[in-house]
Amino acid sequence: MGTQVLSVSDITMQFGGVVAVNNLSLHVDEGEIVALIGPNGAGKTTAFNVITGVYAPTNGQVLFQEHLISANYPRGKMKKKYLGEADTADKYHVAKSITPDKITKLGVARTFQNIRLFKNLTVFDNVLIAKHMRSRANFLSATFRLNHKEEKQNREETMKLLEILDLADVKDEIASSLPYGKQRHLEIARALATQPELLLLDEPAAGMNPQETDELTAFIRKIKDDFRLTVFMIEHHMDLVMEISDRIYVLDFGKLIAEGTPGEIQNDQRVIDAYLGVQKDA
Amino acid sequence: MSKKTKNICTGIAILLAIVLITLFDRDVIGNAYVKRVLNLAAIYAIISVSMNLVNGFTGLFSLGQAGFMAIGAFSVAIFTVPAEYINSIFYLEPMAPWLAAIRLPFVAALLVGGLIAAGLSLLIGYPVLRLKSDYLAIATLGFSEIIRIVFTQMQTITNGALGINRIPGITTMWVPFGAAAICIGIMVLLIHSSYGRAFQAIREDDIAAEAMGINLSAHKNLAFAVSSFFTAIGGGLYAALLTSVDPKQFYFTMTYNFLLIIVLGGMGSVTGTVIASFIITGGLEWLRFFDEPLTVMGVTIPLFRSGLRMVVFSILLMLLVLFYSKGLMGQKEFSWDGMYAWCKKIKGRLSGLSKKKGGA
Repeated sequence: MGTQVLSVSDITMQFGGVVAVNNLSLHVDEGEIVALIGPNGAGKTTAFNVITGVYAPTNGQVLFQEHLISANYPRGKMKKKYLGEADTADKYHVAKSITPDKITKLGVARTFQNIRLFKNLTVFDNVLIAKHMRSRANFLSATFRLNHKEEKQNREETMKLLEILDLADVKDEIASSLPYGKQRHLEIARALATQPELLLLDEPAAGMNPQETDELTAFIRKIKDDFRLTVFMIEHHMDLVMEISDRIYVLDFGKLIAEGTPGEIQNDQRVIDAYLGVQKDA
Repeated sequence: MSKKTKNICTGIAILLAIVLITLFDRDVIGNAYVKRVLNLAAIYAIISVSMNLVNGFTGLFSLGQAGFMAIGAFSVAIFTVPAEYINSIFYLEPMAPWLAAIRLPFVAALLVGGLIAAGLSLLIGYPVLRLKSDYLAIATLGFSEIIRIVFTQMQTITNGALGINRIPGITTMWVPFGAAAICIGIMVLLIHSSYGRAFQAIREDDIAAEAMGINLSAHKNLAFAVSSFFTAIGGGLYAALLTSVDPKQFYFTMTYNFLLIIVLGGMGSVTGTVIASFIITGGLEWLRFFDEPLTVMGVTIPLFRSGLRMVVFSILLMLLVLFYSKGLMGQKEFSWDGMYAWCKKIKGRLSGLSKKKGGA
C-alpha cells in the first residue's frame, strides 16, 4: 500500500436540518483508482464538494498529503442543531478551510457532474486558462508581454496536452459546439492542465453509451499511467466501476455502508440491498 | 485574405484615421462643433471599453462608472486649475490651503485621479464583488451616488455644488484620441494576456474557473480596479474637454450612456464598443433636429419640441434590443475577414435583388 494522498476523517455535512453526509471517513492511496458509489441522493457529490473546498464541512477534517484542506466542528448555532454522529462531535477543535483555487494549486483537480466548460471560448483557450494558475507573471508584466517566454511555453504545453488527449484537431472550435463525449474529454484535459496529483471525476460516464463508456475506461487508465495520477471518482456505470477500481466505497443516505475491492462489494449483502439489488431487478 | 493584405488594410486604415484627425484638428474639414463631438466620442470610447472590461469580459454587472468618472474629473479640476483663479472660483469657502499649494501638470493630474479611483475601487470591491448580477449592480450604483454626494458636500476641496470652472481646456484633438489609443491599447493587451483569459473564464463559469485555480476575488478586484483607473482617466479628459465640472453631471444617468454603448457595441467586444461610442455620441447629436420645431408646408408639426429626441432615441434602442440582442459585434472583434465576408453578403443580396427585377 502506498502513502495516503487523500484522507477524509469523520466528515459530516449538514444543510439546515438535513444531514447530507454523515460521519464519512475514507482514504485514497497514491496510484490507486478509488470509486465512490451509491444511489441517487446518497451524498456523493456533496462529499466531493467538501473535498474540493466548495463547502466547508460541519464536522471532521480533510487532508491532502500533509496539507489541511478543511477542518471544522459543530460550533455557534450548529452546536444545538447538530444531527450528525455524536461520538465524533467533540473530536476536532480547529476550524479552517481554504478556497477551491488554493486546493487546485496544491494538486487536486476535478471535473463536474453537469459539464462546466467555458462554453464560448475555444477548446485551446479552455485548456490554456488552467495554466494561468502556475504562471508567475503579475498583471503588469503579462499586459506588457514581459512574460512572453512563459506564455509561449504554456501554449506549447497546452498544444502537447491536446495532442496526447486527441483533441488537437478541434482546438479552434468553440467548446459548446463539441459533441457530448468530446466535451467530457475536454473537461478532463482541462483538469489535467492544472498538473494535479489527485484527479476527482464526478460521474465521467454520465450520459454515455456502452461503447463510449469502454473508451472512457481505457482513457482513464491511460491518463492515470501517463500523468502518474491518483484517481477518485463517483460513477453509476457498474461495469466501469467494477473493471477499473482498486477499491470501492459505498454511500447510502450519507453514511458509508461498505468498502472493499470490487469482488467484496459485489458480494456484500448490505450493498446488494441498498443498491445493486435494485439494479438487478431493473 | 492573406496576412499581408490584412496588414496593408490595417496600415491604410490607421493612416486614414491619422489624416482625418489632422484635417479636423487643423479645421480644414468640419467645425468646432464636429470637433467637440468627436473628442467626446473618443473619451466615451475609453470609458465604455473600461466598463466593458468588467461587464462584458469579466461578467460582473457593475454600474459605478459615473462615480469613478467623477473622481477623475475632479482630480483634473482640482489639481490643474491655475493658482490665480482659485480664489475667484472658491468664493463661498476658500480651497483648503494644502490642496491649493499642489498644482500638477495635466497628465500627472489624470494619473492621480486614476490611482485614487483604483484605490477606492479596491476598497469597495473587496466586500461588494462577492455579490452577483443585480445585487452587484445596485451596490455599485449606490457607491457611485455616494461619491457624487460626498463631492457635493466637500466645499473646501471640490467647491461643492458650485463645481469648478476655468479648467485649462484641451487644445488639440490629439489629446483625447491619443489617450484613447493608449488606454484602449493597454486594455486590449490585458484582455489578450493570461489575466484576460482568466477574466473570461470567470464570466463563462465562476465555479469552474475557481476549480481551475483562478482566485476569484483577486481577479474580480483586478478587473474592477483597472476598469476604474481608466474610467477616471476618461473622466479627467471629460473635465478638460468641458473646462468645467460640477457633481450634478455625474448622476447615475451618466452611467446609462456607457451601458447603452456597450450593449449596442456588444458585451465582450472592444472594437464593437469603440464603434458604438462614435455612433451613440454622434447619433445623439444628429437627432437634435427632433428637438426643434418643424414646419412642413406651412403646418407646424406638434410633436417636434424639445424632448422628442430622447423619445425617438429610446424607440431606436428598443428596436435594437429586440432585433440585435447581441449588439453590433456580439463577442466578436472586428476583422478584415469578417468585413470582407460582410461586403460579399451585401453584394450578393444586391445582385440578387437586381436579378429578381430583371426576371420580372
